[in-house]
Amino acid sequence: MNKQYTFYFDSSSCSGCKTCQMACKDKHDLRVGLLWRRVYEVTGGGWEQRGAAWISNVFAYNVSLACNHCQQPICAEVCPTGAMHKRGDGIVLIDPQKCVGCRYCSWACPYGAPQYDAEIGKMTKCDLCADNLDQGLPPACVAACPLRALDFGERAELEVKYGTGPEPGQRGLEGVYPLPEPHLTEPALMLTPHKNTVQADDGSACIGNREEVGTE
Amino acid sequence: MRDLARDVRGLFRKQQTTQEASSPERIVRVGCPAHNCGGRCLLLAHIQDRPSGPVITRLSADDRPDTLTDPQLRACVRGRAYLRRQYHPDRLKYPMKRVGERGEGKFERISWDEALDTVAAEMQRVQQEYGNSALFAPVGSGSASQLNGSQTIERLLNLFGGSLDSYNGYSWDAIEAATPTVYGTMYSGNHRMDWLNAKYILMWGWNPAEMRDGTNSDFFVKLARQNGARVVCIDPRHTLSAASLADEWLPIRPGTDVAMMSAMAFVMINEKLFDAEFVERCCVGFDESQMPVGAQHAESYEDYILGYRDGTPKTPTWAESITSVPRETIIRIAREYATTKPSILYQGYGMQRRAYGEQVVRAGCVLAAITGNVGVPGGWAGGLGLQSQEDPYWNLFPVGENPCKAAISVFLWTEAVLRGREMRAEDGVTGVEQLDNNIKLVYSVASNVLVNQHANINRTARILRDESLVEFIVVQDNFLTPTGRFADILLPACTQFETWGLEDGWKYGNQVILMPKLVEPLGESKSDYRICAELAERLDLGEAYTEGRDERGWVEWVLDRYREERFAEIPSLDEFEASNVGVYTEPEAKPGIAFADFCRDPQAHPLGTPSGKIEIFSKQLYDLNQSDDIPPVPKYIQEWESPFGAEAAKYPLQAMGHHSMGRVHSTHDNVDWLREAFPQRAFINELDAQARGISDGDEVRVFNDRGATVLPCRVTNRMLPGVLNIPEGAWWTPDEDGVDRRGSINVLTSERWTPFAFGTAQHTIMVQVERVDE
Repeated sequence: MNKQYTFYFDSSSCSGCKTCQMACKDKHDLRVGLLWRRVYEVTGGGWEQRGAAWISNVFAYNVSLACNHCQQPICAEVCPTGAMHKRGDGIVLIDPQKCVGCRYCSWACPYGAPQYDAEIGKMTKCDLCADNLDQGLPPACVAACPLRALDFGERAELEVKYGTGPEPGQRGLEGVYPLPEPHLTEPALMLTPHKNTVQADDGSACIGNREEVGTE
Repeated sequence: MRDLARDVRGLFRKQQTTQEASSPERIVRVGCPAHNCGGRCLLLAHIQDRPSGPVITRLSADDRPDTLTDPQLRACVRGRAYLRRQYHPDRLKYPMKRVGERGEGKFERISWDEALDTVAAEMQRVQQEYGNSALFAPVGSGSASQLNGSQTIERLLNLFGGSLDSYNGYSWDAIEAATPTVYGTMYSGNHRMDWLNAKYILMWGWNPAEMRDGTNSDFFVKLARQNGARVVCIDPRHTLSAASLADEWLPIRPGTDVAMMSAMAFVMINEKLFDAEFVERCCVGFDESQMPVGAQHAESYEDYILGYRDGTPKTPTWAESITSVPRETIIRIAREYATTKPSILYQGYGMQRRAYGEQVVRAGCVLAAITGNVGVPGGWAGGLGLQSQEDPYWNLFPVGENPCKAAISVFLWTEAVLRGREMRAEDGVTGVEQLDNNIKLVYSVASNVLVNQHANINRTARILRDESLVEFIVVQDNFLTPTGRFADILLPACTQFETWGLEDGWKYGNQVILMPKLVEPLGESKSDYRICAELAERLDLGEAYTEGRDERGWVEWVLDRYREERFAEIPSLDEFEASNVGVYTEPEAKPGIAFADFCRDPQAHPLGTPSGKIEIFSKQLYDLNQSDDIPPVPKYIQEWESPFGAEAAKYPLQAMGHHSMGRVHSTHDNVDWLREAFPQRAFINELDAQARGISDGDEVRVFNDRGATVLPCRVTNRMLPGVLNIPEGAWWTPDEDGVDRRGSINVLTSERWTPFAFGTAQHTIMVQVERVDE
């Protein structure tokens, strides 16, 4: 089996502090508007008044998301120039020499990972800090997380570390709003869901910080 | 505008082709610049040595082993965005003098000689005309690396004959004053490692994920929870801590926490859940059997809770009507906290920056005491919670003694401008009977207190514009802040990366972090120390000020103090620097427990209180004879601006200003990456928004009689209805009509102070909000 680097994300203890996002921006010098890693705030529930009392079932959780270096990278499938490609260790990379900035990949990717950089006229995205990995160092976002909610490694190693079963703390990605169904692209992402995770876009929750995660 | 950050980093995103940009990098481990952020962290600075000088190209995370007893000091989002501050195009690069009206913000470049000669002459003039007590340096927390920060001007003013002194500081005023009334000390905290022994944690107005409260404090709550603790967050706002650290969130109306705490005590007394043995052995004033001599017939805590004197039992139903927390929830939390032992009730500091902020401090301590959670592993005594023996020094750069004995609570500095010579003890003056001067010269270093962070900005600005009041203002900073706009002389300070410095752990942790000078000061900027030293020379105090040391020499001096007083094994500066480890730590061994000796044997180890015991009833406060606003047992007192007062008819919403992750108070407000991550918003509950026709993203005007601010809103269910939230610290940006356009909450806040501490009560405000149709 091929090597497949994978991100692990613990949604149950992510505060939404965005240190991962900032470490990424600093590592890759991303100008405002480019967010190779970004943090979605999902919030739901409401308020009910009973006399003087407010009763609330409000909840919130966060999903930090970069490129998932999918096992079926649809971005690479649709790329007309072959710029988008998957390395032997599973990292999906853009060859800037070949990229013509046509944006097909950004339309195809259900995670919003490839982002167009108008300044250079090319697509850009998370490269899993391949240069760090080549030196035996972790990706910038993983090393940065103050709550130790991000990790990475080969999938098999992560499964040993965090488990594979169906229980919270060991679950996969099925029904973690706002993520798309994983069978579409087979993302290299493992996730421990928050206790308040909603399963789908059924109106019970929404992304609370749209303008903070929007990309150009 | 040129993008300095881009310039120094070569071409965009590592696609560097020039020879210069592709030269090899070296890595220097350095303390993340010390602001008033609640953390002290380690960064790896990647540095390229170019012909034009070294530049920092990026920052990465602490790479030491990450262990429980010596965890990595991972910097937060602000530290990781630091290069956008370091290489910001708006950095001050040379001295300037005011050319327009004061406060207008018009300046002209001048030489260092002209700037410092002017400042020296003004200092001497004010000294001769009025005396030293007319000089004032407001508290400045914008830089705290020994050689950068307000301590540098303190030292100079002290050598110059002194200045009006101050105590307090916009953060901990009420809790610093009130904690000792219960425990006789501010050192009421167990060591943080001990949180892992707790079975139950009430994060009451405490939000470590955003305000840090020590690097890794949020992480330790996560670990405590993994260890089996149930965590409940009580807060008007569903905070980042509520989302990530808590099993349950209980929204509560701001300023009413004492009502809920009192009702919890009611439940504990009613259901006999309190620790009667501990109360009898270690406390005074719980009931009539425990009243001190001279106050035998005064109202005890039990009298108050059960309503024996005032006719109002503090029942959960009573508290529900005030707090908006359902009565059955109050009962459940009271039972859980009293019976799930050991448990922590950790009080945040926001609650005490309010009207009668002293009460909530004392009430939280009393709950800890009557449940027997004091002096035990896994418990928590409440109050300020500093850790004995392991408390950081914060600053060791020697400021010397202030020859002026007169001191004010810093929050009353505008009073001292307007009517200093009338101020006495009843205005919080200490050291003298009465002040002999109004403030005539202000020297502000690394401080935005003068305008942005003080209450009621429009009032403060009016006071400062009047040149007959404060006659001369010097501001020394990295940027032209709202405070800087009011300077007569503006002096450019370099950043902490551009000079030598040293910092230690914030509140928790045995660390000393080295901050070697990484790059040259930008433009003509200099360290705060260097500026003060050059000013000292003009005042014939040069040698006295520097003692022959440069910045590195003082870091060496400070390191020697650490070696003498705290860390015998700490290396010499040369060794420390050469090792490039960045941080000296002594891993946590056995966590200390505050008051353990006292609780074991109160007679042999009495507390520092007058009775030697935990003072639920304070005779000291009783003797003030001011029971309406400083009662001797902690009470719920309706705030002076309240949803229950007449003012609510006009201004029905409470406003709070949480500490945004995107800023440290007002520091970092101009950093683009942080504005992108945490855009300034007025957070409004969806029901309040609907009632006013406000939709998410609308521009709104938030106002009261003191001022108005216009900013975009976020309609959210993460705020309690009736409460609006504008993160504090945004830079006051008045338009031509004087209306702030950046969401600076201090245009709305009040300069009224708390009764006992003379501290800030800025969080107690009522406002209205409307949609702006422009």
